[in-house]
Amino acid sequence: MSTTVKLIADIMSSTILFAVPLLLVALGGMFSERSGVINIALDGIMIIGALVSCLMLRAFDMSGFGAAHPQLAMAIAILIAAGAGCIFSLLLAFASINLKADQTIGGTALNMLAPALAIVVTWAVQGQGQTTILIPTWTRITQETLGIAVNSDSFLQYFLFKSLYLTTPIAIILLIVACIVLYKTKLGLRLRACGEHPQAADSVGINVYKMRYIGVAISGVLGGIGGVAYTLGAGSGFQSTVMGYGFLALSVMIFGNWKPLNILGAAFFFALFKVISSMSGSIPFLPSLENIKSSEYIYLMLPYIITMLILILTSKKSRAPKAEGIPYDKGSR
Amino acid sequence: MKSFLNRVFRSKGFSSFIASLVSIVVGLLVGLIVLLFFDSAHAMNGFRHIVTAGLSDPGKLAKVFYQAAPLIMTGLSVGFAFKTGLFNIGATGQYTIGAFCGLFCALQFHSPWYVALLAAMLGGAIWGAIPGLCKAFFNVNEVITSIMFNWIGLFLVNLIFSNMPELLAVGNRTIAIGSESMIPKLGLDKLFGSPYMNASIIIAVVFAVVSWIILTKTTFGYELRACGFNRNASVYAGINAKRSIILSMVIAGAFAGIGGGIYYLNGTAQYTLEKSLLSMGFNGIPVALLASSHPLGTIFGALFVSYIQVGGEAMQPEFVKEIIDIIIAIIIYLAAFSLLTKEIIAKIVKGKRRNAVELSAPAEPSAAPAQTTNDNGGVEK
Repeated sequence: MSTTVKLIADIMSSTILFAVPLLLVALGGMFSERSGVINIALDGIMIIGALVSCLMLRAFDMSGFGAAHPQLAMAIAILIAAGAGCIFSLLLAFASINLKADQTIGGTALNMLAPALAIVVTWAVQGQGQTTILIPTWTRITQETLGIAVNSDSFLQYFLFKSLYLTTPIAIILLIVACIVLYKTKLGLRLRACGEHPQAADSVGINVYKMRYIGVAISGVLGGIGGVAYTLGAGSGFQSTVMGYGFLALSVMIFGNWKPLNILGAAFFFALFKVISSMSGSIPFLPSLENIKSSEYIYLMLPYIITMLILILTSKKSRAPKAEGIPYDKGSR
Repeated sequence: MKSFLNRVFRSKGFSSFIASLVSIVVGLLVGLIVLLFFDSAHAMNGFRHIVTAGLSDPGKLAKVFYQAAPLIMTGLSVGFAFKTGLFNIGATGQYTIGAFCGLFCALQFHSPWYVALLAAMLGGAIWGAIPGLCKAFFNVNEVITSIMFNWIGLFLVNLIFSNMPELLAVGNRTIAIGSESMIPKLGLDKLFGSPYMNASIIIAVVFAVVSWIILTKTTFGYELRACGFNRNASVYAGINAKRSIILSMVIAGAFAGIGGGIYYLNGTAQYTLEKSLLSMGFNGIPVALLASSHPLGTIFGALFVSYIQVGGEAMQPEFVKEIIDIIIAIIIYLAAFSLLTKEIIAKIVKGKRRNAVELSAPAEPSAAPAQTTNDNGGVEK
């Protein structure tokens, strides 16, 4: 393979790697907002999911179970991340649905709680000063795992297996499931109704509180898995942070107009920026910014600027759920 | 005397105060549980540090004031926006831009401290104006805009600083500022015996008073608050709601910008290029919530948050200082539903009051019903 082809394969595989957490978390945010709850706690949910699953992977690694059944261990870790994210998100649901608290303040509290909790737990488990939980190497899916003969000349193999984790196929499945649930099931219709006009939904016998709980819980599940996906992609282990990825996912959701397939596109678009920012030095066909040092910041900034422009340009016909952010009160008119 | 006490007990401020007290106590208790859970042998000692370290010696107290000053400013920023019904989650971005403008003036032009502080104020104001403009003219939720601009601000500042290597020292941090750009110490450093002590806390308190005067003693402030209570009603009454929203965010941004200025013009802190948002801006949120957005209450909220942070540093190395962040997060979480807490407190007080009234004088028509309006404002769409 020539170096250019290799570079393209590198960019493509890294883009997928970074698009997966954005896609998952943005889909989670979509479910929550479609049910009427603004979930800015996505960042915190990701951290909790990543924390719990990394601890699990660490335990599997130490017991030897991970090396023996790598993908089974991975699947369990992902499930646990989903569960942890779900439980953590219920804190937001409880405050904003039952207690009718301000959703953004509740979310801010959770965003603050998660990294602090993660640092405290990491210290407690690994000992003082050990702030990184390393991810075992067996988590990656290789040709060997699938029993395929290694062909170092194949572009497809190089691109597919460069950094493939179980989270990627899971994300594809979850995207399809999310589309079906949101548009083709009774649950999805009810969920969307609660985000647009909860009073109307209530008047036809839909339990608004229950629907919103489900919406937030789904966002917790997807956010938790997204946290694992991010940590696997980041490569350097879990350091009690997801570097604002939850907020980036929020802008992916807005950019994707609160619709699953648009979110998929937006996730790839933003992931590409992220990849360019970290590889800007080694990509020859980028506009040359030789006079500017640390041009990675430009690429890190761009997704947010683009989201802002989109928000302003589409403000007249915003697709945001009408009732998001407003606690549902049966008595209000 | 009795009627005075009654008035105090039934006032909105009193129930807010109790609500804050409840969240503080619960937050500290959770902190204690966390300590006990992770290391029960050192837990009591660690907790003692949280509660007493800030007062243990003048140096520590100086540290409390030192950190409280920018916290007051970011707290004022968040609180001021709350009063107009806006949630300024962007205080951290405005703080960063303010810090940059202040440092830039100080490092590049060696300007006197008040010029640098003015630049910090302007920078923060501009960064606050953007979400205000988006909200007023395009009806874009200010929370989303602020979040975006937090990151844009952080990366922008990092980008500019990395392109000015003459302003950077080893370790990607800014070089020390000259003594002419430092906030005057007024001899306070000698009094406390700590280099951290200077006039910044006094500046912050002055701004808290200014904020209080704007909000409660001027027509302008009244319009802002009216807009926060009910935007439609205020428009009906002839108030320019768009102008109120923009100006409120400008002022909120200016406060946060000053916060960034006074922290980095101290001479003891250097701005470090990092890829995560500065926590000082986010900590303005608990400060404002503890104070129920009252500007003068903000002073005490900031002192408290700073106090337990100093305590958190003192309990190292047995414990991580992030335990303090857990306590703060719990406080924010509880404050999120402070409306409920306040209602319960108001009910208890009202119930007691009713019993008392029935016993002594059955008829007292002048008594107004207990106010339970949510003065946090909250996010209106």
